[in-house]
Order: sequence, then structure tokens, then C-alpha cells
Amino acid sequence: MKLFLIGLFAGIVGGMGIGGGTILIPALTIFLGTEQHIAQSVNLLSFIPTAIIALIYHIKSKNIQYKIVTLIIIGGIIGSSIGAILAAITKAVILKKIFAVFLFGMGIYEIFSKPRK
Amino acid sequence: MADKLKLFFIGFITGIINGLLGAGGGTLIVPAMVFLLGIEDHKAHATAISIILPLTIVSSFIYLQNKIIDIPLTINVAVGSTIGGIIGAYFLNKLSIPILRKIFGIIMIVASVRMLVS
Repeated sequence: MKLFLIGLFAGIVGGMGIGGGTILIPALTIFLGTEQHIAQSVNLLSFIPTAIIALIYHIKSKNIQYKIVTLIIIGGIIGSSIGAILAAITKAVILKKIFAVFLFGMGIYEIFSKPRK
Repeated sequence: MADKLKLFFIGFITGIINGLLGAGGGTLIVPAMVFLLGIEDHKAHATAISIILPLTIVSSFIYLQNKIIDIPLTINVAVGSTIGGIIGAYFLNKLSIPILRKIFGIIMIVASVRMLVS
């Protein structure tokens, strides 16, 4: 039940586009004591079905900017392979600290960013 | 050419963060698209998902190969988050996002401090 609720809350935040993973990963490590690598893996895997459902909706409403995505995805696939390999060889304690620093920066951004219309 | 390189590097940096931290790609790429590429906010959010999905699949594959996985935990969380995702998308236009962003920003900072000192 606790897991379902954490997932539900993270999903609501994710569905609004405010970054579900940045909520889910700390929730799992802080409240359930989940190991950092596992929490990250849970977030990556659980994002796949969520993203597929969201994408169907966005494709229908023609919000995808196809002109720019290809090159970003090519760069992104190379980057995400390097990132995932680095994660696998990094100790959990260090990974958690890197995550915390990133989260702090993103938190500051969320507070001070102004929406552009 | 410079534009193509820019697109490639935006993807590259997003990918490294998303793969290394298992999250955060979307939080990075939306402002990158809005501020560096001049794309509208809601289109940037939708486009971000089309980019993060393939990156997440690639990273997930590497995590699985390294046996970094907990299937029961993942299923429980995924069921909740998929339902939550639908609720969140539904409420997106009904709530004040700027206020929510500030609330979540504070939650993120508190969580980051807890993770740093634990």
C-alpha cells in the first residue's frame, strides 16, 4: 500500500510534467530505505509504461516537435549509455550524494523559474 | 552545423544525467528546449517525453544487464505511478503550476539535504 501511494504521488507529479523521478527516488530511499541504484532502476523502468501512455496522447494532440528530436535522441542515446554504465560502477553512497546535489539544484530552479508562454 | 551540434549536446548531457541518476532528464530538457531552442512550454513538455522514452529504454537495458533490479518493487510503484500519471495529466490545466513548482522545489531541497546528511 505504501509503495502504491508513493507511486501514485510520484505519478501525479510526473503527469503534470514537474519530474516524477526527482520525487520518487528520494521517497523510496528516505521512507523505505531502498538502495540508491535500485531506486533509480525502479524509476527508469516504471517511467516506460507511463511515458508510452502519455506519448499516445501527445502525438494525437500534435505537440511533438519532430524536427528537433532526432539529433537530440542520437546524442541522448550515447549519453544515456555512458551515464548508465557510470551508475553501475559508482558506489551507492557516492551516487546518492551526486543525486542529492542535482536535486538541490533542480529544487532551486523549480522555485525561481518563471514560466514562458 | 552549430545548431546540429547544439541539439546533439543537449541530448548528450540529458542522457548522461538521466542514465547516471535514473531521473532528471525531463527536468533538464524542458528548460533547455524552452530557453536554448525557443520552443513553447507545453510543446516542450510533450516533446521531452518523446526524447526521454528512448533514452530511458537504453539506460534501463544497461541497469538490467548489471542486475540492478527489484521486480516486485518496480511493479508496485509502476501501477501507482501510471494511475497517478493519468490523474496528473488531467489536473495539469486545473491547478496553478507556478505555485506547485515552488512547493515541489521546497520538497526537493529538503529531500536533497536529507540525502546528503544521511
